[in-house]
Amino acid sequence: MAKVQNNRAWLLVLPVLALVAFSAVIPLMTVVNYAFNDTFGNNQFFWNGLGWFEEMVRSERLHAALGRQMVFTGTILAIEVPLGIFVALNMPKKGFWASLCLVLMALPLLIPFNVVGTIWQIFCRIDIGLLGRAMTALGVDYNYTNDPLDAWVTLIIMDVWHWTSLVALLCYAGLQSIPNAYYQAARIDQASRWDIFRYIELPKMSGVLLIAVLLRFIDSFMIYTEPFVVTGGGPGNSTTFLSIDLVKMAIGQFDLGPAAAFSLMYFLVILLISWVFYTVMVARDAGETR
Amino acid sequence: MAQITLSDLAHSYVHNGAETGDFALKTLNHVWQDGGAYALLGPSGCGKTTLLNIISGLITPSRGRVLFDGVDMTESPAEKRNIAQVFQFPVVYDTMTVRENLAFPLKNRGLARAAIQARVALIAEMMGLGEILDRKARGLPADAKQKISLARGMVRESVNAILFDEPLTVIDPQLKWELRTQLKSLHRELRHTMIYVTHDQVEALTFADTVVMMHEGRVLQTGTPESLFETPAHTFVGHFIGSPGMNFLEAKIEGSRGVINGQCFPLGANYRTASGFTQIGIRPEYIQFSADEGLPVVVKHVEDVGRRRIVHAELANSPISVSVPEGQFFDNTMARVRFIPDKINIFVDDWRVQGEAL
Repeated sequence: MAKVQNNRAWLLVLPVLALVAFSAVIPLMTVVNYAFNDTFGNNQFFWNGLGWFEEMVRSERLHAALGRQMVFTGTILAIEVPLGIFVALNMPKKGFWASLCLVLMALPLLIPFNVVGTIWQIFCRIDIGLLGRAMTALGVDYNYTNDPLDAWVTLIIMDVWHWTSLVALLCYAGLQSIPNAYYQAARIDQASRWDIFRYIELPKMSGVLLIAVLLRFIDSFMIYTEPFVVTGGGPGNSTTFLSIDLVKMAIGQFDLGPAAAFSLMYFLVILLISWVFYTVMVARDAGETR
Repeated sequence: MAQITLSDLAHSYVHNGAETGDFALKTLNHVWQDGGAYALLGPSGCGKTTLLNIISGLITPSRGRVLFDGVDMTESPAEKRNIAQVFQFPVVYDTMTVRENLAFPLKNRGLARAAIQARVALIAEMMGLGEILDRKARGLPADAKQKISLARGMVRESVNAILFDEPLTVIDPQLKWELRTQLKSLHRELRHTMIYVTHDQVEALTFADTVVMMHEGRVLQTGTPESLFETPAHTFVGHFIGSPGMNFLEAKIEGSRGVINGQCFPLGANYRTASGFTQIGIRPEYIQFSADEGLPVVVKHVEDVGRRRIVHAELANSPISVSVPEGQFFDNTMARVRFIPDKINIFVDDWRVQGEAL
């Protein structure tokens, strides 16, 4: 059948274009606008070229926030991924307890982010919080509002509590898809428990595990609400991650130009890393089906 | 290498099934001779895989004992039994190369490096895996993966038995035939006890020296392919083996004569009159058409299956099929059939009864 060429078909794309324009392009363009212009007030703008970008790239404040961000994301990945795998491996495979586990584990994922923050903020307070009071009673010098290390530990435990379930549930799904014959064959081959994990479970889980790492990476790299509620970025600047710093800059100081340049770079970095992950996953799947 | 004895074995998957009689595998006694090639034949769901998993130790039976050379192994787990098993769908270790896959069971048993290498090379050669030995198992086609599984099953030299659970399901018909032949010749060379589970009679009859025929958790007959064909112990065996299966006709037996619908025909042996539902069983291959001799039939239709024709007819309102070899004359004027007396089997309540020689 001959293909009919009709350029009027492009009109059919218009609704989508309009939708995307309003939802993404136009808001983004206002940010782009601020990133390349400067103003002395009166709503009069003049062209600043890459000035803001250069300033941001050299900004020590931004370097520090980026450093904290990378340490935070690295730490929670290093804890949540192995812990999630461990939990998934030890969950019951079927029956009542499996269902109960699934429901309990899904609960933290269903709590709104600011509620999570509030829960931990109160839970850890040394005046009225259960954990804070208990720690003090035990003689541990714990106070997340004025000790940077305590603040970090609190945020990391909170994130682990909130998100390990996601990794565990994804891994669990991966594990459940392994046919029983693999385990039977491993027994016949006298494989050790470690061999079973290393040669059967891990390879079969690797697909979902990659997705879990990607999701946790992006989410934690953009984290805002929970640390904002718990520590507000403090004490000092010790838990000021990228998003918190960005909001301080844009709304606290009203430095819209630098903040806009910062936003764009932030966005591009996340886009780049997601793209790398995506490419790796697609290449892996292609290798699988070849 | 060992003789494997199953003694009063029975298994139920249901908790307390042993008390209620809800058995997936009914009481069974059997001895697997060392070095034999066995086929476990039966329709899906008849308990073949259960039996296999009990032998390999993946399942502990609800009742009875499993003995290896007289030593009770009932409670010992699969790891300790020194049994190799190949499953229906390919099981390969994705991240290993083909070579590492084959070496894995040997390595886990602490064999010396040189011995592993030599053995892997030998088996890979036999299974036609030589060229892909250094490729990753991930990404190979399904039949290559199943070849790896088969090779991994055969790589251990000292196993007590090798169990195959419908191993050729995922293989193309052409390659299926080739692999079956290869397995057969491997059996001749290695002399391992091999138990091959299948629901395909052609696979069973070509692979095995002894066929164990199962139905609904029960072993109906154990014997050579020939004895299953010629003298099935149960009507189900007669139905299941052969294409088309054995014909069964309700008949009265009077000594060495059978009577259907008032018409007599000779039998190959003398039978005592027995009570119960009596049938004669005759293979389509052992019925001959005739113009003036034998019992009258109504021919319904004729099916040409290449080397022979299958005639579907009715005898005393019961369906009957007759196999007419290539080149043998047959037309519609021949409305009678004659049974070869020696080939008639008599079944009372579905079980074959032995006659006395004439």
